[in-house]
Amino acid sequence: MAAAAPRPITIAILAMGGEGGGVLAEWIVDLAEHAGYIAQMTSVPGVAQRTGATNYYVELFPKSATTANTGPPVLGLTPVPGDVDIVIASELMEAGRAVQRGLVTPDKTTFIVSTNRVYAMTEKIALADGRVDSPALLEACRTTAKRLIHGDMAQLAESTGSLISSVLFGALAGANVLPMQRMAFEAAIRRGGVGVKESLAAFGAGFAAATDGVPAKASEPILSHVSPALAPLMAEVGAHHELARTFIRAGIERTADYQDAAYAREYLDRLKPVIEAERKHGNGSGLLLAETARELALGMAYEDTVRVAELKIRPGRFERVREEAQLAEGQILEIAEFLHPRLQEIADTLPAGLGRWLLNSDWPRRLLERVTKKGKVLKTSSILGFLQLYFVASLKPTRRRSLRFRNEHAFLDGWLKTILDVAQTNYALATEIALTRTLVKGYSDTHERGRQRYDTLMQLLPRIMEAPDAAATLAKLRKAALADDTGAALNAAIKDIRPLQQAAE
Amino acid sequence: MAERSFKEEVQKLKLGEGAEFHGEGILAVTKALLQSGVSYVAGYQGAPISHLMDVLADANDILEELGIHFENSASEATAAATLAASVNYPLRGAVTFKSTVGTNVASDALANLASGGVTGGALIIIGEDYGEGSSIMQERVHAFAMKSMMWLIDPRPNLPSIVRAVETAFELSEISNTPVMLELRIRACHVYGRFTTKANKRPEFGLTDALENPRRDLSRIAMPPMVYVHEKDKWEIRRPAAIKYIQDHRLNEFFDGDANDIGIVVQGGLYNTTLRGLELLGLADSFGDSKVPVYCLNVTYPLVDTEFVRFCAGKKAILIVEEGQPDFIEQNVNTILRRADIQTNIHGKDMLPMAGEYTGGVVRDGIAKFIAKTRPDLSPATAPTGDVVPLDQRKADAQAFIEGKVHGRPPSFCTGCPERPIFAAMKLVERELGQHHVSADIGCHLFSIFPPFNVGATTMGYGLGAAGASALNVKAGKRAISMMGDGGFWHNGLTSGVGNAVFNKSDNVLIIVDNGYSAATGGQDIPSSFHAQPNRNTQNSIEKAVRGVGVNWVKTITRTYDVAKMRDALREALTTKEQGPKVIVAQSECMLNKQRRIRPLLRKAAERGERVVRERFGVDADTCTGDHSCIRLSGCPSLTIAPNPDPLRREPVTKVINSCVGCGLCGEVSHAAVLCPSFYRASLITNPTGWDKFKARVREAVIGFFHRRIARKLAAA
Repeated sequence: MAAAAPRPITIAILAMGGEGGGVLAEWIVDLAEHAGYIAQMTSVPGVAQRTGATNYYVELFPKSATTANTGPPVLGLTPVPGDVDIVIASELMEAGRAVQRGLVTPDKTTFIVSTNRVYAMTEKIALADGRVDSPALLEACRTTAKRLIHGDMAQLAESTGSLISSVLFGALAGANVLPMQRMAFEAAIRRGGVGVKESLAAFGAGFAAATDGVPAKASEPILSHVSPALAPLMAEVGAHHELARTFIRAGIERTADYQDAAYAREYLDRLKPVIEAERKHGNGSGLLLAETARELALGMAYEDTVRVAELKIRPGRFERVREEAQLAEGQILEIAEFLHPRLQEIADTLPAGLGRWLLNSDWPRRLLERVTKKGKVLKTSSILGFLQLYFVASLKPTRRRSLRFRNEHAFLDGWLKTILDVAQTNYALATEIALTRTLVKGYSDTHERGRQRYDTLMQLLPRIMEAPDAAATLAKLRKAALADDTGAALNAAIKDIRPLQQAAE
Repeated sequence: MAERSFKEEVQKLKLGEGAEFHGEGILAVTKALLQSGVSYVAGYQGAPISHLMDVLADANDILEELGIHFENSASEATAAATLAASVNYPLRGAVTFKSTVGTNVASDALANLASGGVTGGALIIIGEDYGEGSSIMQERVHAFAMKSMMWLIDPRPNLPSIVRAVETAFELSEISNTPVMLELRIRACHVYGRFTTKANKRPEFGLTDALENPRRDLSRIAMPPMVYVHEKDKWEIRRPAAIKYIQDHRLNEFFDGDANDIGIVVQGGLYNTTLRGLELLGLADSFGDSKVPVYCLNVTYPLVDTEFVRFCAGKKAILIVEEGQPDFIEQNVNTILRRADIQTNIHGKDMLPMAGEYTGGVVRDGIAKFIAKTRPDLSPATAPTGDVVPLDQRKADAQAFIEGKVHGRPPSFCTGCPERPIFAAMKLVERELGQHHVSADIGCHLFSIFPPFNVGATTMGYGLGAAGASALNVKAGKRAISMMGDGGFWHNGLTSGVGNAVFNKSDNVLIIVDNGYSAATGGQDIPSSFHAQPNRNTQNSIEKAVRGVGVNWVKTITRTYDVAKMRDALREALTTKEQGPKVIVAQSECMLNKQRRIRPLLRKAAERGERVVRERFGVDADTCTGDHSCIRLSGCPSLTIAPNPDPLRREPVTKVINSCVGCGLCGEVSHAAVLCPSFYRASLITNPTGWDKFKARVREAVIGFFHRRIARKLAAA
């Protein structure tokens, strides 16, 4: 029982079901047994295959340290905070969980982390953006580990056609914390005998990532091509804050792509008063202009049937689907769309008068309602399906006369007017109003729900303006409007608005 | 066929005398059963002993060779009742199920079995699912052992100890005429280790001998007046016999130590964790040589009074390391020492937490407290290993960084799960008819209680979904909805739920998920499994069974992915004027098992050059507006989010990743809920036929022509 008594090497693996965490643990056991270690492994798989978190725990003890007198070592079945040599996490939030559980300690733990994200349900179901802050998670890993080895191992697995477990095994070898050579690791993979070639390639990638670091992904070049027709408009953008400039330029491109260069001109014209307001009332942030420019472009390029049809039949879209579906040599691809145009969408596409008539008609309305009750599956890759969408897309020139166009532009006019009115007295609130248009998005019910919530907030504006911090109040209400489908959070937040006098009490 | 195959591993069960076995704890238990000469084995699956059932199923040929009968019992009650074969005959038998939930179901049979006692060794292997990662309520099997007076073995978690425990359990059972429970914690079930094997033993007295030479013994039947005798026998004859055997064979272990004025008493299953705690405090080495004497209870019930008296002699204090609540052992030890008038202080739950798993850190801290109080001279000079003070700040900083950023990852429906559309349909009906009371059941379908569905108010036990809505059976504006899986249905739901609803004239709605497997426990077969199996009778219709007990309103939906149809059926069930229970059988194969079944077939077909079509879904990022309604109606793991490629938008877009199995739900939901036009289905045709190729060529020519036109226009704009 001397101070230098032999101790086991302790390894905890945190993974998710289906990632091969068990295979990784088995490789480590096999590796160790061949290198003269006594290995013990255990796991709590639970309902892991059903997407839950899973953990494995391995202890390795040198056989050479045992004698006839000592007998076999007593190995642990659970990781002990403060006594884990190596922690391997296959995903960034799982790495965060390891930190939270105290398994990673600054004096002891080599922490091997894959920085890819597999989003939790709570992050995915948000009505807007519910993702947690990844850099903070990584910072926690860095702070608490003795040594951190990190990289997007999932990306490396995908590029080598293998599972993340192989990459992590490579990173473990590259980390040089186990007293075995690279060849011994590779031999364990070979003995495993399943998908050896791909696993070894992934292993190599992981090894390199641990020794040299993962090469940073080259950021995609920003498209600088501007069509000649838009050049004069772009020239007009002028000097603004960087963010505003970026959005205005993108807005010009979007609206031109959506309709034509004249529409982009219209976009720029509508922004002019906002540019003016920014100049007059701006606080130097340029945010009002930037956010209005962004939202206005999205609002003018609303998603109607024509737009959807047009985007679905573009050559680049076919290319993208082929890529995403990972079409292999010799395979044929067929693409089918799930569309559900209802009476509303048909009326929206018609010239305004006709559209209104249809919505208020008797049997034509009912007839159309009946035939549009079910969704359609349209094969864009077939000639007939393609031509149907091509026809709808070709209605683009009639868009300016359509019912939807009238409605959308009337809506945008009102929104812009409110922004400009409020900007005179409360710049921050005007910016928040600009941002509130973001509630209006999506299709059918989603769109209607968003529009209703937007209207609710705008009707509350007089009350909001009485609140001590009007801009913050509106921001809070907008956040509540995006909290759930039912509107419960919004109703609660509305009840919470406190006028100025009351707040002072 | 179960999710995990042990076909290769079971070959290890054939190992003869003196060979070295390497493998999982569960497999070692199976080998130990064969070495003990069992005649029959039965059980009901559930973590962590699902693998034991799967191993036995895959080992059927080996079992048959040895004349061993193996049954997949209909329930834990059936499994426990199976042990009746050991009452009158010298047959060794073992049954297995999952901790308290299984023992609850089995306890009627176990109580009767324990009352009359056994002739042949009767072993109940309990897979303990307690603590971290557990899926059930946190209770102790210990209580069952005490109430029925069955002996409880809790061996040290290493393979030689586990194997020895199985072997001695049979002898202990036979000598004391008492069934014996063997408790294996989840980590012990899955622990990988090694032991030296013995030859398998063929039972001397077989099941055929019993059938052909029937025996009965009135004194073993649990019926007055015999039961009064049983009660006395338990205490006066069986218990002393057991205690003598435990002592004679040294089932409990004593480890000496220099600091012999104190000691630690530990449940066998926690021995390794306790030793690690001592080691980290500098009080033991890696080989179990401890300064503090340790008394390891490999048998946790009954306790042996004389052993405690001996261990406590000359000790001022002991610490009892006993997991779970209440502290049965600690209470018992207090009685033992008080009766013997021994003044040793007893510590336990005052230094270790009453609730929660005794993981390494918890036990280490408890022992540290005990040492600090009783032998402060032995306390490590600094804090325990790893807790070096200057580093605490870094740890605190790290915790601050992740505060609120680590979300729970509760289990959820798998990619392409056929149960998901049932709940999507339920959400759609909810929009029309309002919220209903939903009585949930045990099974994968219980994942509905978590986001995104948030459906289900209570769960009362396996197969008890319909029973859980029994009281809500009055005239009202709404009906209650109950869930039940096919596993729970055959386990007991047919009578406890469906039969009960018919008899009591319930007007409620029951959805039975018929996915062809006992899916949550690992895909074992059940009576209604869709595929024929050589050793079992499958393909028995749930609808027929339901009609058989008197339900008139039954609808079988043969493809749950048809959300509109599911929605319409549910709406009708909730609104129809017809009286009596309304049952919807929602049928589609468990996707996890289906993929496991068809993937290799498809791969082989593709290799043979046959036409194979793989479907998957996708989302067009440029029409997706980032509202994620589709995810809220699905929650599929392959339906996720990705950064928005549009510089004007901030919300992440929905994205379908390549793990998609093309179940079709995304399309159906976007149709039924009128969501958005962003979803597409990509069909990838491998080994296309001549006709496929011809079509593709013509399409390419025509669509290509238009594509070039569009491209020209885009360039000009």
